[in-house]
Amino acid sequence: MLINKNELAGFLDQLMSRYQVFAPVKEADYTNFKQISSGTEATLDYSNTKIPPKGILFPQTEKLFSYSCGTEGAQVQECIDQQKKVVFGIRPCDAKSLVLLDNVFNNDKYQDPYYLTRRENTILVGLGCNRPAGTCFCTSLGGGPFDTTGLDALLVDTGDKYVVEILTERGRELFSGTTLPEAGEADRAAAAAVKETATVSCTVNLDGVKAKLDTDFYDPIWDGLHEKCLGCAVCTYTCPTCHCFDIVDDAVDANGCRVRNWDACMFPLFTLHGSGHNPRPTGKERFRQRVMHKFKYFVDNYNVMACVGCGRCIKNCPVNLDIRAILAEIQGSEARLDK
Amino acid sequence: MPELAGAIQEAARKLLEEKKVDVVIGFAPGTLPLRSTPCFVHRPEDAAGLTWNRSCENNLANYLRKRTDKVAVVAKGCDSRSIIELIKENQINRENLVIIGVPCAGMIDRKKVDRRLAGKELLAAEESGDSIVLKGDGFTETIPVNELLHDSCLSCRHPNPALYDLLVGELLPEKGGDDFADVAAFEAKAPAERRAILTEEFSRCIRCYACRQACPMCYCEECFVDCSTPQWIGKSSDARDNMLFQAVRVLHSAGRCADCGACERACPMGLSLRNLTRKMVKDVQELFGYEAGANLEDKPALADFKAEDPQPFLIEE
Repeated sequence: MLINKNELAGFLDQLMSRYQVFAPVKEADYTNFKQISSGTEATLDYSNTKIPPKGILFPQTEKLFSYSCGTEGAQVQECIDQQKKVVFGIRPCDAKSLVLLDNVFNNDKYQDPYYLTRRENTILVGLGCNRPAGTCFCTSLGGGPFDTTGLDALLVDTGDKYVVEILTERGRELFSGTTLPEAGEADRAAAAAVKETATVSCTVNLDGVKAKLDTDFYDPIWDGLHEKCLGCAVCTYTCPTCHCFDIVDDAVDANGCRVRNWDACMFPLFTLHGSGHNPRPTGKERFRQRVMHKFKYFVDNYNVMACVGCGRCIKNCPVNLDIRAILAEIQGSEARLDK
Repeated sequence: MPELAGAIQEAARKLLEEKKVDVVIGFAPGTLPLRSTPCFVHRPEDAAGLTWNRSCENNLANYLRKRTDKVAVVAKGCDSRSIIELIKENQINRENLVIIGVPCAGMIDRKKVDRRLAGKELLAAEESGDSIVLKGDGFTETIPVNELLHDSCLSCRHPNPALYDLLVGELLPEKGGDDFADVAAFEAKAPAERRAILTEEFSRCIRCYACRQACPMCYCEECFVDCSTPQWIGKSSDARDNMLFQAVRVLHSAGRCADCGACERACPMGLSLRNLTRKMVKDVQELFGYEAGANLEDKPALADFKAEDPQPFLIEE
């Protein structure tokens, strides 16, 4: 199938009658995924969004349930979002991040109904990356500019049109009933050529990183790695795989709601105990936790690294604390035998 | 600029070799074009890794509070003004600090660069006199430095360090007083319009607290936003709470803010945070004649009381 670029807005308008449509929208100096109310709001001419689209399934602030206490006792109303959604134009790295997040929200111990209900009702239409940025290192983590992991359909930009590749039954369902022309031989050849030419020039050598992290919890290397870190949450909030949250009550007297907010391991409050004790008292322990979680604990738990190489933390860190440099230092550090 | 980098390296190496300091905090080349990164040098042989250029934008005073070791720091005009305030507030032991002052001709705002490149990716950049040459895939653009400097650098009146032990490079001519035309223009708007602008701006805040963490003066043991008993502010990301956070943060920096712009530089969402901080700077100057970081002698505005202090916030009978 094909979407001519000048017919894209009209196509999105068609989808909106059946789904909530989320697409990259220009906002200030960047793009972010937003629910659109007109196809013309979407801009697929973007490198990657400032904030990852994980927030569509796992919002920064999410009401879990509301409660009230009246003369008839306590009333609780759960808020499960069952709207059918399409995320249109998601980059392959971000789609892959959702597959990683599935491990967290759907495993033997926990099934998170808020995330999972949205996930089941959400169709992901990817947009391949013709020109990966200099900070993209997706191929080092098993992804790629046209990787289809987690996607229901993939768009390949061939100039004045997008060639649509249907990947799943859900993808088929989305595009069925639309009036798109079929892709011809030449279009398919053009898409194949685009895929050939897209190159990810940045690579990160991850060989042995997990093994090093298995043993270097007390390595002096951590004394220096975090020194310039400010302890803000830019890296975590712009990371498509970071998923830690905090649950608070937003209430007046006995009436209110329970809310889940993004939280960040870089904040002291994240691990502060009621007693006043903090097991991660300084930036050193907090920074180590972030690296360990992504490149060791997540591997221990789910057999995959919690990074997709999108480069957002690199581009947005206020002090240019570059995860690529950190991984290189860890990789180059001496192996330790003590645990 | 390369001469300045060489002089900084030499000063750092000497200080470490002579064991006058345990660490030198300066800048090293970063991993992106037009990006330097704060750097902690502990050994004399590593001093060669230090650099100086128009992308040394971070305020290094932020790394100096409550240290017990002997430290040397590379300080621009704005860094030095923050250092002065921190010394006054007993956050820095002056005896353990060596300030390597560097006159600063302004730092480049990568957001302005991105705006000029309109989506094209910057792959390399070099300084060429008063211009910056930006290079990417299939393009080369030469842009005057002045068009790319941070707003805080364009309005900066004090390019030279206000306090230093060693000076690297030549002092630059001091500029005249700040007319705060930007603040006046915002003040002139109707309250509803100001509110609309701020609401739109802070609806984009993601509460990552990069502004707070980047600010040398934000060092409360417990920030009011982190306090849960009582909870002063909603934990959720909400435009009104975001605005409250910024308003209180800015009020807390009244008379202490050196207008270095670190908060705005750190903000990943590109919020105009100096729109608020500069209002405070202007008010403190106009009402109490105090300029943060000007010298070690003036008593901080919040620590001083004069009978003739204006009190426009009091309701008169």
